[in-house]
Amino acid sequence: MDEIINNKLTPKDFKSDQEIRWCPGCGDHAIINAVQRAFSELGIPKEKFAIISGIGCSSRFPYYMNTYGFHSIHGRASAIASGVKMANPDLSVWQITGDGDALAIGGNHFIHVVRRNVDINIILFNNEIYGLTKGQYSPTSDKGLVTKTSPYGTIEDPFSVGELVIGAKGKFFARTVDANVTLSTQIYIEAARHKGAAVIEVLQNCVIFNDGIHEKVTAKEVRDDRTLILKHGEPMIFGKNNDKGLILDGLKLKVVKLGEKGIREKDILVHDAAESNPGIHYMLANMRYPEYPVALGVIRSVPGPTYEMEMASQIELGKSKSRIRNMDDLLNSGSVWEV
Amino acid sequence: MRKKGTVIEKEDVVIRFSGDSGDGMQLTGTLFSETAALYGNDLTTFPDYPAEIRAPQGTVGGVSGFQVHLGQSEIYTPGDYADVLVAMNPAAIRANIKWTKFGGTIIIDKDNFTEKNIEKAGYESDPVVEDNLDQYNLIEAPISSMVKEALKDLNLDPKTILRTKNMFALGMVYWLFDRKLKYTEQYLEKKFRSKPELIEANKIALHSGYYYAETIEALAPIRINPAPIAKGKYRNISGNTATAWGLLAAAEKSGLELFIGSYPITPATGILEELAARKDLGVKSFQAEDEIAGICSALGASFAGNLAVTTTSGPGLALKSEAIGLAVMTELPIVIVDVQRGGPSTGLPTKTEQADLLQALFGRNGESPVVVLAASTPTDCFRYAFEAARIAVEHMTPVILLTDGYLANGTEPWRVPAMKDLPEIHPPFASNKDLPYVPYKRDPEKLSRFWAVPGTPNMEHRIGGLEKTVKGTVSYVPENHELMVNLRNQKVARVAAKVPDLEVSGEEEGDLLVVGWGGSYGYRVMAVKELQAQGYRISNVTFNYINPLPGNVRDVFSRFKKIVVCELNLGQFANYLRMKYPEFHYEQITKVQGLPFTIKEIKEKCLKLL
Repeated sequence: MDEIINNKLTPKDFKSDQEIRWCPGCGDHAIINAVQRAFSELGIPKEKFAIISGIGCSSRFPYYMNTYGFHSIHGRASAIASGVKMANPDLSVWQITGDGDALAIGGNHFIHVVRRNVDINIILFNNEIYGLTKGQYSPTSDKGLVTKTSPYGTIEDPFSVGELVIGAKGKFFARTVDANVTLSTQIYIEAARHKGAAVIEVLQNCVIFNDGIHEKVTAKEVRDDRTLILKHGEPMIFGKNNDKGLILDGLKLKVVKLGEKGIREKDILVHDAAESNPGIHYMLANMRYPEYPVALGVIRSVPGPTYEMEMASQIELGKSKSRIRNMDDLLNSGSVWEV
Repeated sequence: MRKKGTVIEKEDVVIRFSGDSGDGMQLTGTLFSETAALYGNDLTTFPDYPAEIRAPQGTVGGVSGFQVHLGQSEIYTPGDYADVLVAMNPAAIRANIKWTKFGGTIIIDKDNFTEKNIEKAGYESDPVVEDNLDQYNLIEAPISSMVKEALKDLNLDPKTILRTKNMFALGMVYWLFDRKLKYTEQYLEKKFRSKPELIEANKIALHSGYYYAETIEALAPIRINPAPIAKGKYRNISGNTATAWGLLAAAEKSGLELFIGSYPITPATGILEELAARKDLGVKSFQAEDEIAGICSALGASFAGNLAVTTTSGPGLALKSEAIGLAVMTELPIVIVDVQRGGPSTGLPTKTEQADLLQALFGRNGESPVVVLAASTPTDCFRYAFEAARIAVEHMTPVILLTDGYLANGTEPWRVPAMKDLPEIHPPFASNKDLPYVPYKRDPEKLSRFWAVPGTPNMEHRIGGLEKTVKGTVSYVPENHELMVNLRNQKVARVAAKVPDLEVSGEEEGDLLVVGWGGSYGYRVMAVKELQAQGYRISNVTFNYINPLPGNVRDVFSRFKKIVVCELNLGQFANYLRMKYPEFHYEQITKVQGLPFTIKEIKEKCLKLL
């Protein structure tokens, strides 16, 4: 009995001895709490977690986690994490990244890890700004944002993380808010259990360089009316009074009010995260305030073969079919002659 | 089958097969080489082909060549000049005549010497006149029309029929060197297993060429006896395959799984292809989205406990620089193979050069030492790939292995080693007796850290690109940084303890020491041997360990009056030696034409120094 009690991990077990150096008030503090809670509930031994990060404020994350960790170089965490997972599919591999790390310098690796469906969990901290370099615009900054490198406003369209994930054939996409630790914890657990590349976009607040960027949808007093927390199998209803919902109007989503114009609950779309056709998921991921609520929760979770498992099965097949079992066999195979 | 009494015996001979890049000359050369090797000749081959898969037909730019040098004694190079040139079209003559021995034999497909083709090759008039072909033993064989005639009853389309021209030419060359057709026939039977009509067509073309050569009596058959080589099992192997197999052997000897993360790039792709095919030996091969992801995936696999490898060529090495720095900082084992090609930038993708040396040594930010090795023959790519992996794992360091396009594609007969004769490789896994695990605690002798692989209980730790203390805590303390920089430097320097001494070929002292590294080996050896035979006091040394250098360099250098460094660049190794051993004066022989040296070039330049 003692052993079982001892083996039960708590969030505290995942805290490392390093002092956390994120700014006071930074959204990252809440994110790491949620991750530690999720990890403690997964039933995976501590030594089987590997956390890989790139560069940026978020990428200091591995130092604060008492697991195996690799703080790497800018943009390359997806590639490094892929290598870790291929080398040892038994590990629970997590990539910690930001909007600049994943979508600017690491954009190529990001889309390819998603496309290949390597079973890693990617937590993308999206604060729409470069924090560590002190306030330049990022690939997710709204067009027109004035920053130190865009004193007249940016002149480029931002990426939408979900759109990019779905465009890259992604099979798992979820969105959460840094401060919502309960929702975040649930999502991390779901992502960990999903076999394949799982991308979680966290709307994260940079208290110094982009403070309040998500406030218009995440602030306590407005969030119920401006966000929709999706649950698989449940109707897409939201609002402080649970009186708003989504329907499909022609080829577009539309916000309706229950009770108005004869709209009843049965008319509201029911969320099916497992639908392989990404059409509705794409529209949900792209909903923006004020026309729509911003979708939170697991938007897409579709099963599919993972890269590392396909690799392992090719190796098994190769081993079972070949007469070459070791190097001596290979060295003496084919045209070899004796002198 | 053959008339006696007319055979000429020769010590060695160089044959060059050349034609349009679609004419199958690489295959023809390979088949000839395999037959020669099975007969017992020693040989070295050198394929020379354009970067374009199908360059405009009939142009000089589209000429693909395959040179083989075979002999009855040890052969070190593919040879400077061809004794026999097979030229399937006028462009092949134009491209190769300057590499053909004056008075040598030239076999051409006469049918291809049309006005249009002659013009495409850039001749203004008759090539026979323009290139003085009457000064050679010119065999004008109507190859195209003869295969058409020979295969007319087979009900094949004209295109397929003409594709057998190379077998006709090969048949002629087999007759010329009194070789059996059996091996090539077996190859054809295997290759076209599902298309019996192609087996028949190619066999008929091969035999027709053989009998045609016998009939015309314009050729004097040449005999080259088997070479007296050491007893054992042999096979032909290219540098790229030998590299792949050396890595596989290291994986087996270390008990580690082999992971290769690479991006296709000429001339390194062959290594990735070879390893991708080795699922039976458990290789995890990953074709990444770019060069950076290639090395980064490998570094991730290294962190997770695999024998990690990435393969590339010059421009790819440039892209991998930052990640090599990360490997230096995190002290993870990884082998980076750079198959050098002509540079800078895209340069000459299919041509050879040795100009990545300084990039390999110094091409990173910060104090970033790595071990650098260089292979010097196609077959010793096996040895140095194995050695690169051994050093990487046992010393917990990135190792760059330099080969080049000439070594990668060149082939030689290779005495097959037995795995029991190769050294064991001992990965320095962290011990359970030594907890808590301290990431940068070092082996007192080698100064290498210990490897704790994710999945091992009680050794959870963090590494990364930021400077750390011994315990793995991020640190900006000035003294700590200096300490760690010195430790990483010392760790690489201490690899020297096991680096074998330089071996001088020739007298241990003399007037001139020829120094080189990597693929120039065979040309230097031959040039020096020939000059030694003429009585000159000249010797040769080859460096395979570039960083750290062998321990006896100063001792060897000091016993010669002059030192000359030969390399296919503007003097990178010479400059490196000037930095390491400034007390000596270094002469240079350099070449940057995308081609190997010739023996003649080295000899002539050495003579000026003697």
